[in-house]
Amino acid sequence: MIGTAVGHGWGRLYAALMNLPERPMRWAQGHLPDGRLGWLFVGPNLAIFAVFTFLPILIDFYYAGTGGTNLLPTERPWVGTENFSSLLACKDYLDPNSCVRDQFWYAIWNTSEFVVLQVALMLFFSLATALVLNRKILGRGFFRAAFFYPVLLSPVVVALIWKWVLQRDGVLNAAMVGAGMQPVEWLLSARSAFGWTVFVSIWAHMGFYTLILLAGLQAIPADIYEAAAMDAAPPWRVFRRITLPLLMPSVLVVLVLGLIRAVQIFDEVYVLTGGGPGSATTYLVEFIYNTGFSAQVRQYGLAAAASLLLAGVLLVLTLIQLRGMRPTKGDPRG
Amino acid sequence: MGKLARMLTATRGRGRMDWTDWASYLYLALGTLLMLGPVLWLGLSSLKSPSGLIEFPPTLLPQEQVRVSVPNYPNPLPLYRITRGDHAGQSLAEVRKIGLQATMVDPAAPDTLIRVPVDDRSKVMRFHAAWGNYTDLLQKFDFGRYLWNSVFITTVATLLTLLLNSMAAFALSKYKFAGREPVFLLMLATLMIPPTIILVPNYLIAAVLGLTDNPWGVIWPAVATPTGVFLLRQYMLTLPDDLLEAARMDNASEWRIYWRIVLPLSKPALAVLAIFSVMWRWNEFLWPMVVLGRNEAFTLPLALNSFQGELTTQWNYLLAMTVVTLVPITVIFALLQRHITQGIASAGVK
Repeated sequence: MIGTAVGHGWGRLYAALMNLPERPMRWAQGHLPDGRLGWLFVGPNLAIFAVFTFLPILIDFYYAGTGGTNLLPTERPWVGTENFSSLLACKDYLDPNSCVRDQFWYAIWNTSEFVVLQVALMLFFSLATALVLNRKILGRGFFRAAFFYPVLLSPVVVALIWKWVLQRDGVLNAAMVGAGMQPVEWLLSARSAFGWTVFVSIWAHMGFYTLILLAGLQAIPADIYEAAAMDAAPPWRVFRRITLPLLMPSVLVVLVLGLIRAVQIFDEVYVLTGGGPGSATTYLVEFIYNTGFSAQVRQYGLAAAASLLLAGVLLVLTLIQLRGMRPTKGDPRG
Repeated sequence: MGKLARMLTATRGRGRMDWTDWASYLYLALGTLLMLGPVLWLGLSSLKSPSGLIEFPPTLLPQEQVRVSVPNYPNPLPLYRITRGDHAGQSLAEVRKIGLQATMVDPAAPDTLIRVPVDDRSKVMRFHAAWGNYTDLLQKFDFGRYLWNSVFITTVATLLTLLLNSMAAFALSKYKFAGREPVFLLMLATLMIPPTIILVPNYLIAAVLGLTDNPWGVIWPAVATPTGVFLLRQYMLTLPDDLLEAARMDNASEWRIYWRIVLPLSKPALAVLAIFSVMWRWNEFLWPMVVLGRNEAFTLPLALNSFQGELTTQWNYLLAMTVVTLVPITVIFALLQRHITQGIASAGVK
């Protein structure tokens, strides 16, 4: 009895709450011209966008032109392009040690290497997995789910899973010793730590791209393959001449989305290696975070300037994506 | 037997397995092992005691040494199996160990002491799950608080996301008003502004609004998702306008039309967005780390990150905490696998 009474009370409260907008809405309908009603519904969402997305872009530019360590814009001295010029000041761009902001250039080169390697390998393995899953396979649903599962995990969880596997007394070293080899401190040497950040980020994200490619493969009409089978075309030629060209739009989506995300790699790597050893796995976003938030001296202006440079790269990638995707979408407004 | 073999080797399409089928299954089996193995390993490890965790090479299952009570001895004694010497094959309990010699006793004949070199024996182990790793979390650490912070942020942010995004989608799909197209394009444009490049100014805005160290500092910037507006708008475009007109004839207010007609009909799209939103908020890391500086405000991922820095020796708790963080997402995935994969494949978002 009590339970139902409480349930009833909650129901009433809920109904009352949800009817709250009823009166103002009636008033608005009576007093506002028809064309304005839409703004009432779109307003709250737009206001949040304005405060937490559009306004920050503008402030980013202001911060990038100011120095000091004070967070309040009114307390920050205007320094013009000094942040940009100090970031870009290098004797030799290939040698971070010759730069004023050596950490920034380490981050740039690390990120470049990471992006090329990670995206290429991830595209390869996503494509291979999608092709295999597109065959007539028993238990396809299970295998698809298995490859996709890590995508859902928190990056911190992903990093800790692999930290546990890779640690000194971990299961990987146990296997190495079992095979008669020496145990390795995987995350303490620069090249090996770099390699593992590439591997772990592929492990965590390839399921997502596999899914996109699989959807693309399944959208290829079966009668094209049947026609090819009639002509007794060899499998390799079927792949080259039919599958690959028709899959190209999906491959492009994967390529550009993968690039955009790889450039912004942070979470998993931050927990897995902390950017180390040294600065071997310090990538761009970690540089921004370190500069603006974790260093003793919080250089917001420098972080904002680096953010804008990153934004420029992402803008170029996005424009490539828009250009490449245009012919694949029927409705230009998407 | 022949029938079974044929069933196992039959492919769904053609008659028999050729080498490409074998290669496919081998690839998938290895891939599944690589994808799920480390997670299972984490789960098994989280049930090991601290002494089990430092064992090298590690055992697959969580184990502990068997202890037996022996008459004349107040505490249960650890049990060993003797591998060499006079007593080989016997199971003896250790009374004490001095240097390389152990004094042992047969539990069946507790009066005679037996001396055995420590190299001639091995521990008798049995399966034992250290659930204490999990129950201790609540007592020894402020784990309940982090769990609550995560649950609160995820729930409230998801409800607000559904409400605000569906309102905006309703206006953008069912009203014609001046500025509708620019507003929609503006919202789509925010898709291209990744949160990583507006960290610094967003921190300023959160500070000015008093949102730092406060769960609302994670919630408010996250609830107006362009993905959600886009997804819901596309779905609402497919709802017939006649329904709305009929309701207007019955003198329903616009709010009632939105709340009683459009929302219930949009349930499939709302469900997809709800799943996305739960995933995003539960797993979010960088922005919460920036805006939540105070330990008491931490979400689970932040707590995990700070523990892995502090408790390097207490892997048993860290592992248990990691498992608790991944379980809710795993359960949701197990229940809604089809919806999630289809939603992602169709929306192309994560």
